[in-house]
Amino acid sequence: MLAQFDNSFWMPTQASSYAGRVDWVFYFILTIAAFFFVLITVLMVVFVVRYRRREGQEPQRSAHHNMRLELTWTIIPLILVVFIFVVGFRGYMDIVTPPANAYEILVIGQKWSWAFQYPNGYVDANLHVPVDRPIQLILTSRDVIHSLYVPAFRLKKDVVPGRYNRAWFQATQVNDTEGFDLFCAEYCGTSHSTMVAKVFVHEPTDFARWLEEASQWEGRMTPVQRGSQLVTQRGCTQCHSLDGSINIGPSFKDVWDRTVQGKTTFRDGSTLASLLKPDYTPEQYIAESIYRPDARHVAGFSPAMPSYLGQISENDVTALIAYFKSLDPKYKAEAEAATVAQPAAETQPAVSPAGGAADTQPAGPEPAGPES
Amino acid sequence: MSIAYIRPELPISASKDNYLTHARGVLSWLLTLDHKRIAIMYMVGILSSFLLGGVFALLLRTELITPGPTFMSDPVANRNFYNQMFTLHGAVMTFLFIIPGIPAIIGNFVLPLMLGAKDVAFPRLNLASLYLWLFGAVFFVIVLFTGGLDTGWTFYTPYSTETVTRVIPATFGAFILGFSSILTGVNFVASIHMLRPPGMSWFRMPLLLWALYGTAIIQILATPVLAITLLLLIAERALGVGIFDPKLGGDPVLYQHFFWFYSHPAVYIMILPAMGVISEVISVFSRKHIFGYSFIAGSSIAIAMLSFLVWGHHMFVSGQSNLASAIFSLLTFSVSIPSAIKVFNWLATMYKGSIWLQTPMLYALGFILLFGIGGLTGLFLGALATDVHFHDTYFIVAHFHYVMMGSTLFAFLAGIHYWWPKMFGRMYDEFWSKAAAVIVFFGFNFTFMPQFVAGSQGMPRRYAEYMPQYTIYNQISTVGSYILAVGLVLVAVVWVHSLLRGRKAPANPWGGNTLEWYTASPPPHDNFERTPIAGDPYRLDHWEYDAKSRQFVLREDVGEAVDLSAGSPGRTLG
Repeated sequence: MLAQFDNSFWMPTQASSYAGRVDWVFYFILTIAAFFFVLITVLMVVFVVRYRRREGQEPQRSAHHNMRLELTWTIIPLILVVFIFVVGFRGYMDIVTPPANAYEILVIGQKWSWAFQYPNGYVDANLHVPVDRPIQLILTSRDVIHSLYVPAFRLKKDVVPGRYNRAWFQATQVNDTEGFDLFCAEYCGTSHSTMVAKVFVHEPTDFARWLEEASQWEGRMTPVQRGSQLVTQRGCTQCHSLDGSINIGPSFKDVWDRTVQGKTTFRDGSTLASLLKPDYTPEQYIAESIYRPDARHVAGFSPAMPSYLGQISENDVTALIAYFKSLDPKYKAEAEAATVAQPAAETQPAVSPAGGAADTQPAGPEPAGPES
Repeated sequence: MSIAYIRPELPISASKDNYLTHARGVLSWLLTLDHKRIAIMYMVGILSSFLLGGVFALLLRTELITPGPTFMSDPVANRNFYNQMFTLHGAVMTFLFIIPGIPAIIGNFVLPLMLGAKDVAFPRLNLASLYLWLFGAVFFVIVLFTGGLDTGWTFYTPYSTETVTRVIPATFGAFILGFSSILTGVNFVASIHMLRPPGMSWFRMPLLLWALYGTAIIQILATPVLAITLLLLIAERALGVGIFDPKLGGDPVLYQHFFWFYSHPAVYIMILPAMGVISEVISVFSRKHIFGYSFIAGSSIAIAMLSFLVWGHHMFVSGQSNLASAIFSLLTFSVSIPSAIKVFNWLATMYKGSIWLQTPMLYALGFILLFGIGGLTGLFLGALATDVHFHDTYFIVAHFHYVMMGSTLFAFLAGIHYWWPKMFGRMYDEFWSKAAAVIVFFGFNFTFMPQFVAGSQGMPRRYAEYMPQYTIYNQISTVGSYILAVGLVLVAVVWVHSLLRGRKAPANPWGGNTLEWYTASPPPHDNFERTPIAGDPYRLDHWEYDAKSRQFVLREDVGEAVDLSAGSPGRTLG
């Protein structure tokens, strides 16, 4: 329960700049609706009681129509709905019109996780924003239609493949521990109901520190630690288990051993062993599976994996491989020895779109994929 | 003009023969051209579909009794199961129950009788539409047993072109069902134009016929768009033709425009005939002439026309232009006006009446309340600012169940209980059928009222698992669905009891003045011995209740002036 936030009976807490206006429209319509519902109910009950069929009571003579009365109950609702339209339209324009100085974040929806890409190229599975600053989201999908929905903000926008939709909000409540719920609202297949993330709202200085720390893990974390963070943060574990159980995709538990041994079988009947050569290493197969999952399909699983090209850097792939190794006692020592290239002090991470102009170059340049 | 002063008479057939006993054997049913027998066969098929869809509903409500996986320990299998349940529930209820429900059962049975005709205009076409319905239903059964369907009943692309479930047979089934719907619509339009009896001008038609006429217009004009859309979807899925898939150069939002161009008018295919039924029932059980006949009739046609202009309100958050959203919002509100007119006219009809609380009237009163809630909650969804928050949440789920299930199902049950004596020649147990109506009403509200709050608090629809803060709403809703199920089972028990043990029904148990009450219950094969003359369908004072024989009998001393040249050209007295 969101105990510390003041949810009302009808609406969740108001945590964005326009939530109050949306709720005003809601309560305005609720008042009109309640009035008419009570009117209808009272008239019905009174008529049923007063004119119920009794012995010897005939229906009384009354008019079959009354033009003035009928026009009244045509015109009054007409005026009211036009008024409701205007109120709803004005509230909507607040929701869809971002201020000029908005901070841009690229949102990528894919089955079944969210990727929020910051101007410096850093990608996170949860949305972190500074409080009291307009945020513009550029939304697109890698596969099917999703919809980004944050009830506390009264914000919803479809995430459509082939389109770059925009949405904006300005968070008004700091919430950097529990986070506000962020749902996928458009049905997108098996794990639609767990395509859920959190919105963390920070004080502006905390946000800046968070982004800096989160984007430069190299030097702060070991590759194994980073890999362990990535598999949950980027939603990998939605489909790949860590304990060997079968989920939507193959388990991570023994993935490295299977890859090194070439034991993976593909849908066309071939095995990985026949592919592994000095110039097609197990590492390359793992990278290919992340960047180009459609290249080969593992037997026994339906092809549901989206491509992470442009979203997971090469250093991150290295970290993931180190993490896979660490899950298996056979390779644990090897995992702990893994290192990645340290970024130079002032350079951006490898996947950063230049200047972070997400609206002009939303997907970011492609990192060098695996050579084939 | 040839005005005649007519004393209405009851042309009760002397023979004991009726349409149920007219011919015997399975083939006499399967090859029948009798609209009444076709209606009964539709009833068997459509009620079986309703049972199936209801079982899916109970399964999915049971799954939602806990926030996590309820049925299976494997969460992925559990989610897939849930996704199939809500898809099949929606698809079966929409395509096999609500859309054909009132037109195919009540419309087929009652429309020719109300016209004083022997049958619909094209009896063979009528049988063909029954078989198309069956053929389409078979495809749904195939889907059920060969891998199911998990796209949602809306088949949104590109998910529907990617999923491994049985999209092609399901959409092909819906495609075929569409033709059944179109042919029924054509038949009703032709019948109303060509078969009106002497005296029945357009504005002397019973209001159910106006409603069915409006419905038929939508069926004929909108359904072909669904057919084309589903064919395009099949072409994309089977042949890789890029229409909706952005990978192939298409646009998935285009699919939504095509789909809702049919499916929003389809909502009025569901509700318009329901409003027609309610107009009949409210008048008869208030023992009063319907109030504001021409406004009710006109509002049916207005709803049919306006229903084509509002489809874009399903796409307010899809990324369509703000201008388009604003126009669709404004047009959406226009539909609320004719709906409001009907509600006020029904209430005015009850004013100073003599309200007889029999089962059909209980359902009709329930309809007014549930349609009131369904319609008024639509205001939140037509308004742009609030729709953004409510779109694709349980608020929508609750809203459309109030309109589609609460309203249409209640009108369907009102209609079936109203015409049941005419259809089967038997009365049912009033006490138990009223008890069932009350249980259904409370169960329904228990089920769907909490969903408004779950939705306004932000619970998205189509969620197999949900956040724990929504648990209480879901648990109340699930308990409500069990109460609703108990009520509906009781309805079925009352019906079966009536068929086996019911008292024989008189020709006119309720005192209705539309023409179907001027023939025997059940009607003879040819409906009427000779062509009846139609007066004002709501002159209920022609009839008085005879407590001894528990039926309404024509008064001796009544008559009315009728223009015998009104009615369809070619329909003469014979």
